[in-house]
Amino acid sequence: MALTREQVEKVSLLARLRLSPDELDRMTTQLTAIVGYVDQLSQLDTTGVEPMAHALPLVNVLADDVVQPSLDREAALAAAPKHDDECYLVPAVLG
Amino acid sequence: MTDPYMIVIGLEVHVQLATESKLFCRCSTAFGAPPNTQTCPVCIGMPGSLPVMNRRAFELSMQTAVALDCRIAPTTKWDRKNYYYPDLPKGYQISQYDLPFSSHGHLDISDPKGRFEPRRVGIERAHLEEDAGKSLHDEQHGEADSRIDLNRAGTPLLEIVTKPDMRSPLEAKTFLTELKLLLTYLGVSDCNMQEGSLRVDANINLHVPEDGRAGGVSGATPQSAVIGTAATAAGTIATPIVEIKNMNSFRAVERALEYEAKRQWEVWQETGQRLGDAPKQTRGWDDAAGVTHGQRHKEDSSDYRYFPDPDLAPITVAPEVVKKIRRGQGERPAALRSRLEQSYGITPYDSDVLVSQGRDLVQYYLAAADACGDGKLASNWLQQDVLRSLNERGGTIGDFPVGPTALADLLSRVKRNELDTNRARQVFQKMLTEGITAAAAVEALGIKQVDESELIALCRELLAANPKVAEDIRGGNDKAAGALVGQAKKRNPNANPGRVRELCVELAKEKM
Repeated sequence: MALTREQVEKVSLLARLRLSPDELDRMTTQLTAIVGYVDQLSQLDTTGVEPMAHALPLVNVLADDVVQPSLDREAALAAAPKHDDECYLVPAVLG
Repeated sequence: MTDPYMIVIGLEVHVQLATESKLFCRCSTAFGAPPNTQTCPVCIGMPGSLPVMNRRAFELSMQTAVALDCRIAPTTKWDRKNYYYPDLPKGYQISQYDLPFSSHGHLDISDPKGRFEPRRVGIERAHLEEDAGKSLHDEQHGEADSRIDLNRAGTPLLEIVTKPDMRSPLEAKTFLTELKLLLTYLGVSDCNMQEGSLRVDANINLHVPEDGRAGGVSGATPQSAVIGTAATAAGTIATPIVEIKNMNSFRAVERALEYEAKRQWEVWQETGQRLGDAPKQTRGWDDAAGVTHGQRHKEDSSDYRYFPDPDLAPITVAPEVVKKIRRGQGERPAALRSRLEQSYGITPYDSDVLVSQGRDLVQYYLAAADACGDGKLASNWLQQDVLRSLNERGGTIGDFPVGPTALADLLSRVKRNELDTNRARQVFQKMLTEGITAAAAVEALGIKQVDESELIALCRELLAANPKVAEDIRGGNDKAAGALVGQAKKRNPNANPGRVRELCVELAKEKM
């Protein structure tokens, strides 16, 4: 299953990756290889096999609705490239 | 219908569920906290953190879906909806894509004033997802940075999507009012639009007659099948769908839809564009200007690259659980209304007023009506006297000083003709201000039952003293007796005016 250069270009845009023409060529080749590798799975006969939504046989993992302490604001903001005393700062968002 | 087109409306409603903590972490959901004081590694998307589903949020979602007569999926899962926006710290929103926990429900709407035919609005699906954070735009700083508050990120939201079943802005507003009432009865959300607990987006387009365009022949391109579109009748075609956002009240939803229907008709006249000719457009409502403005084009849903969230286990729901929820739910507003109309003999308008006030007031009404045995009288008193006093005083019906039994006692006296309406109102005020029983208030006001023979004597005297009035009555003008009621009240404040009127007419005619 070969991916087109246009498909890879679209995916890179959605992932906010700016790729040079060279990189785009290389990624197209590499992604095609990766998807092709995964595509081997389609050779299996899965007739009558229920699709799985999760890799582990676990269901109904739930927590009680009880408030726990939140992160200290300073600690939360510390990891951001830019912030003031109260908020994260990002390039202006147009409504 | 006077319009040359049919309006087709579907709604998407986001309801914040009344939980203490967020959907996937235990940070508080309390409104109004200082920015970024209710966050943790899970809700700000730190690597290595793991979400765990809030049990209460799922229970509240189930309550709602069951009340909307939805089918509950035996297995449900959560998916990542990927997009970049500064208020979405993980780069994806945890939502539900192809296996929502509920679908195929409905909610019936009707108008007590009869402005539209009762309608069953289909519920396409209801699913549970997390909210994003909030961008604070500081106009004064102009081009400067935007500030991001992530307190709201991860708050549980129930998204309810209707089928395109509504045919007028009024129907849409009525649907929202009914939905909000149902959610309030269930206690699943406070539905506060100002605090963002209830948000509405509306999808609208028109079905227009194929040859209805002024001076133009429309193209013959076959209409593409679009999901979420109402089927068009023969000879009509659908115009492109517009999604309206930024509506901050139900009235705003109604106004925005009214505006948009007119605008789309004009655009159709001008361009002849039909569904499929133009991509779905998003427009924002400007309430002050009363217009919608175009916004960004909606991305294809494939652009969100949904995939199952590997950090969350699926949830399974046994049929017994659904049955148990259904059994545990109290009467829904619609069922209450019809019971009030059928068993208590009140009009759809009155039942709507009472039920809209909430479950507690209805309980009060039922207790009072049962105890005095007159649903209509209890309904009038509740709407006129109790609700008015409640509005003036503030507070809830639960701590209203005159309880349903005390009110019923008063109403029974009115029914037995012991009190006329004016006197009964005085008694009610006395009961209200002094917190005493009807009997005590009657005594405190010096109200005594007037003996019938005493009343007859009084009426005879009055007729004798007012021969002109007596003459008029004999001449067939029964209303003339009204002139004597005031005099009777002056002579004996306890005289029942209705009875005085009756007696005067009777006695005057007796002498013919």
